[in-house]
Amino acid sequence: MPQNNKILEVKNLKTYFYTDDGIVKAVDGVSFDLKELETLGIVGETGSGKSVTALSILRLIPQPPGKIVDGEILFKGQNILDMNIKELQDFRGNRISMIFQDPMTSLNPVFTIGNQLMEAILAHQTITKKQAREKSFQLLEMVGIPDIKRRFNSYPHEFSGGMRQRVMIAMAIANNPDILIADEPTTALDVTIQAQILELMHELKEKTKSSIIIITHDLGVVAKYANRVMVMYAGKPVEFSEVDKIFYKPCHPYTIGLMRSITRLDQERKNVLKPIEGSPPSLIDLPIGCIFRVRCEFAVKQCSLSYPELLEVSPGHYSACFRANELFAGFKNLDFLKTKK
Amino acid sequence: MVYFIIRRILQIIPVIIGVTLLLFILLYIIPEDPAQLILQKGATPEALANLRAKMGIDQPIYVQYWRYIKGLFSGNLGTSYRYQRSVNSILAEHYPYSIKLAFAAIIIEIIIGIFAGIISAIKKYSIWDVLVTISTTILVCVPVYWLGMILQVTFGLKLGWLPMSGYGDGSIRYYILPAVTLASVSTAFVARMMRSTMLEALSNDYITTAYAKGLSQFKVIGKHAMKNALIPVVTLIGLDLGSLMGGAILTETVFNWPGVGRTIYLAILQRDAPVVVGGTVILVGIFIIMNLIVDIIYAWLDPRIRFEKVEPNI
Repeated sequence: MPQNNKILEVKNLKTYFYTDDGIVKAVDGVSFDLKELETLGIVGETGSGKSVTALSILRLIPQPPGKIVDGEILFKGQNILDMNIKELQDFRGNRISMIFQDPMTSLNPVFTIGNQLMEAILAHQTITKKQAREKSFQLLEMVGIPDIKRRFNSYPHEFSGGMRQRVMIAMAIANNPDILIADEPTTALDVTIQAQILELMHELKEKTKSSIIIITHDLGVVAKYANRVMVMYAGKPVEFSEVDKIFYKPCHPYTIGLMRSITRLDQERKNVLKPIEGSPPSLIDLPIGCIFRVRCEFAVKQCSLSYPELLEVSPGHYSACFRANELFAGFKNLDFLKTKK
Repeated sequence: MVYFIIRRILQIIPVIIGVTLLLFILLYIIPEDPAQLILQKGATPEALANLRAKMGIDQPIYVQYWRYIKGLFSGNLGTSYRYQRSVNSILAEHYPYSIKLAFAAIIIEIIIGIFAGIISAIKKYSIWDVLVTISTTILVCVPVYWLGMILQVTFGLKLGWLPMSGYGDGSIRYYILPAVTLASVSTAFVARMMRSTMLEALSNDYITTAYAKGLSQFKVIGKHAMKNALIPVVTLIGLDLGSLMGGAILTETVFNWPGVGRTIYLAILQRDAPVVVGGTVILVGIFIIMNLIVDIIYAWLDPRIRFEKVEPNI
């Protein structure tokens, strides 16, 4: 079960990209915290700033054009943004490690799996190559790679996608990190493999006693594995809460829209999926006011005047909407919305 | 792998046949009588006919060609019209010079080309990048013989730092100008290709993975990006080595370098067909062998193209 001490705190993070077309505010004022042994889900559509948030935590934003312009990222009280390059190298992959979206491209094609795995170990542990090799075998076994001795000397192209993601996970847990960030770890995989990988991550989390930030656009994944969820839209957090509350009582029109656009087994056949009208805005020259208002069916005049701050609608449940309290009070669950036009 | 190498070596045979056939036909078309060439003016028709019969050039072209091919596969490249010596010995005498020059040029190409390319990629849009881009553009555009002459005039004549031409006592001073000239265009190409492949490699996901593991920039670039970026560059350098080994006709002529390139050049002027054909055959042969070596290095660099069987996915 998640503890109460915060292991990671992100405060007002702003990551901008300076492009020829203008400043892309990919992440614009994101704040959240992560508790020990907790799994936090970050949800949002493509371009909502989920991955940039994750990359910012490890300061992996390509610079230029990207830059973290403001904010604090506190790991056990230490600001990651203040670290020098040496401290950062010691930190990355050691205290916080990362699993990426596409295992097809995140492993270097010209080095063996063993080489890349040992490299991750030797970057942070002062042990002999032989010991690192032993450790690699253990890791590969933990993530369920068969025929380890032979596989150790295989190249990434000799592995399937699921196997590669297992290797990525082995690399990520090689140094017993406190936090594992998984950036859409299953998006590029087959559905059957997706479940295996998520189960594996869940298992290893229990074993290694680490916290997980899982970035996804799959609400099913969030529902199953996350303790708390942050929903992002256009670089800002719009709703943040424990997972049950978000699913049973979404208090932001965007989250409500997301819930309505997923297929459910228990849904009646005559119900038609209701997509969110319109498309996400360009992150250059964002308008004043709430960014979602142009797609929002609850929009009022105030929405175009200023951006709504996160409002605590119930303990630990935040929503960035002027009408959050109304939405919270207005309906008990999603069925109410289904009957609406 | 062995099978691959044997197959590639056997592929040399049809290429050699094609090249020699083409050259044979071309030289046959030239309305020059080798016998006349050897005996000079004033030879009697009987003497000419005798010589032709002796040399076998009064036979139809296919007979001549067949005889040549037979000689070729037993290692005999024929006899020079001009020098009355075997072509083998002429080429053997000049080849070492060409090879030495080629190696000098390749070393310059590898060191300067790769280094400039990496700097230019890592410091993209910096003053260094601009400098590399401009100088490589100029080098690619400038004709080799012109660059050679400018270098000769500047460093040989005006400044007097380096010898203008020739092999001299074979000391390194004699190598510098011809090697730089010979390497100029290919160095520029290597630098440009290195820049683009390096940039391409650096934009890959596995680079982010490497940084996320906590590796230093030196290790990420020097190991992860480098090996991927080098693959196309190695091809380029290998092909260059192949063509440089065959002798550099222009550079060797400008610098009066006693290599095989200049020998072929002189042989063309003198209509010395056996030397031209023999020299070209060797050039082609070396080119193909170099290609083979490149392919082998390639397979080492990129495991995805290790031939034969690929293990099935699990």
